[in-house]
Amino acid sequence: MTDASVPTPEVRSPSIEESLTVQAEQALMEPDQGNVVMTLRDVAVAFAGRTAVRDVSFDVSAGEVTALIGPSGSGKTTVLRALNRMHDTVRSATVTGSIHLGDLDVNGPDTDPTLLRSRVGMVFQRPNPFPTMSIYDNAVAGLRFNGVRKKALLDEAAESSLIGAALWDSVKDRLKAHGSTLSGGEQQRLCIARALAVEPEVLLMDEPTSALDPIATKRIEELVGELKSRVTIVIVTHNMQQAMRVSDRCAFLLMGEDKAGELIEFGPTGKLFSEPKDPRTLDYVNGRFG
Amino acid sequence: MTALVESPPDPTIERRRAVQAAAAASLGRRKFASRVWLGVCWLFLGIAVVPLVAVVAYVVAKGLPAWSVDFFTHSTTPEGIAGGGVWNAIVGTVVITVIAVVVAIPVGLCCGLFLAESDGPVAAALRFTADVMTGIPSITVGIFGYIAIVRNFQAYSGLAGAFAIGFIMLPVIIRAGETAFRGVAGSLSEAALALGARRFTIARKVVVPTALPGVITGVLLAVARGLGETAPLLLTILGNQYLQWNPTKPMEALPVLIYNYSSQPYADLVQVAWGAALLLMVVVLVLSIGSRLYAAHLRKERR
Repeated sequence: MTDASVPTPEVRSPSIEESLTVQAEQALMEPDQGNVVMTLRDVAVAFAGRTAVRDVSFDVSAGEVTALIGPSGSGKTTVLRALNRMHDTVRSATVTGSIHLGDLDVNGPDTDPTLLRSRVGMVFQRPNPFPTMSIYDNAVAGLRFNGVRKKALLDEAAESSLIGAALWDSVKDRLKAHGSTLSGGEQQRLCIARALAVEPEVLLMDEPTSALDPIATKRIEELVGELKSRVTIVIVTHNMQQAMRVSDRCAFLLMGEDKAGELIEFGPTGKLFSEPKDPRTLDYVNGRFG
Repeated sequence: MTALVESPPDPTIERRRAVQAAAAASLGRRKFASRVWLGVCWLFLGIAVVPLVAVVAYVVAKGLPAWSVDFFTHSTTPEGIAGGGVWNAIVGTVVITVIAVVVAIPVGLCCGLFLAESDGPVAAALRFTADVMTGIPSITVGIFGYIAIVRNFQAYSGLAGAFAIGFIMLPVIIRAGETAFRGVAGSLSEAALALGARRFTIARKVVVPTALPGVITGVLLAVARGLGETAPLLLTILGNQYLQWNPTKPMEALPVLIYNYSSQPYADLVQVAWGAALLLMVVVLVLSIGSRLYAAHLRKERR
């Protein structure tokens, strides 16, 4: 740090143009594919026989933020919910194609959905802390659901997850207070903490800022950036600027002729926004529709 | 916090391992508990459903043999004389119920609308009264009808019965109406207000039409409730073995007929009572199911 702040005469600091060029080139470069955590191949979801989304194939890389973008009705949330088998609760829903978490076949007959969901957590559109539980109990709810009883582990996880969700400093003195005493943005961070406490490998976020004001939104976005070293994130957003700000890779979905969503393009976020391969992606990211 | 060793264990990974180990270790126990409680739910479901189904099946088995064309078209005959039906009771029940509904619906829905739109002390008192009315034993309503109408006019009559039945229906309609009117989103009222509508216009053009499915369901459920009431009628309409269309005269009604005939020592009269019980049950069932279907149809049409 100190070295960089006092440049020696020999080392010329790069001009603004140069650094911008470097940034642009970096944005255009393929980020390292790294370790793939989840793979989707030809995933389709149908409700009562009607296809809602299809032809979805992409990889979720470890330690990255993958964003699902597209206009409403394009099936972003439907794809997201397929990743931790939330469609199990809808009787008429059928998921086809293959989804893998590491070696685990998500939809395999021997896969226990509850164990899967302890590895693939989720944060929803509206903050939904459990209203009868205190802040502490909310934070460790997932651990208790999964049979963790050790007080030391619960305390450690509560602190770590609340720190991770940037909530610890403001709530550490009132952990016994109800979650409903928090503001909307704080409640959403409590929900993030609740998901983090289980230490999932992947965290799904379904438009986590759509019910929040701009300042609370900014804090959640910063949080997403901080968290990706701890947990791989897949985020649905209808906000393209948000996708640009927080994600490393983007999947663009669009509703086809028959009202079924499909994956149009998948790639590094910088590339998808600056030089998309598909003209429809170009139109969408330039705000010509959607 | 972390000791400075060569490779400090990552607490996140450590915790992840601990949580996943705990989750896997407790999975069997959790699955077992889940199955046990599911079994308990099924058991209690069975306890609730078996008597329900048994009552329906028994009434059908006992009542169906009584049904014939004569049963629906002839009035009751004394014991031992074949061909007796319940036509007089059907007429009485229909006349009494129609009068009761015609009186109770406007009063009840206006009260419901008032309760939904107002939260002052009058509304609180009205709501409390309606709640108390729901709990009044029906025999008390019968005595009230007897004293208020029968004694004053010196005559048992279908009107007195309709008054008593209307009194039973009223709180049901009030609370169903309130619930339905309250269910209309406040944003719709505001949208109408912002267009310059007055409150009465809003109620007439926006709130009532939007709440209609709920209102219809509530009214039909109130009718179903009123159809089966026996005690208020026993003390007000007296019963009448002859056909009587005039509501100022004593009338027969299905519940009263069931009550009177089921305690008779004659097998053919008891048979008629079973038939009437089945008829009443079918009508109530049709009303309940029909109201739900109609409300669902209305809701679907709007979407």
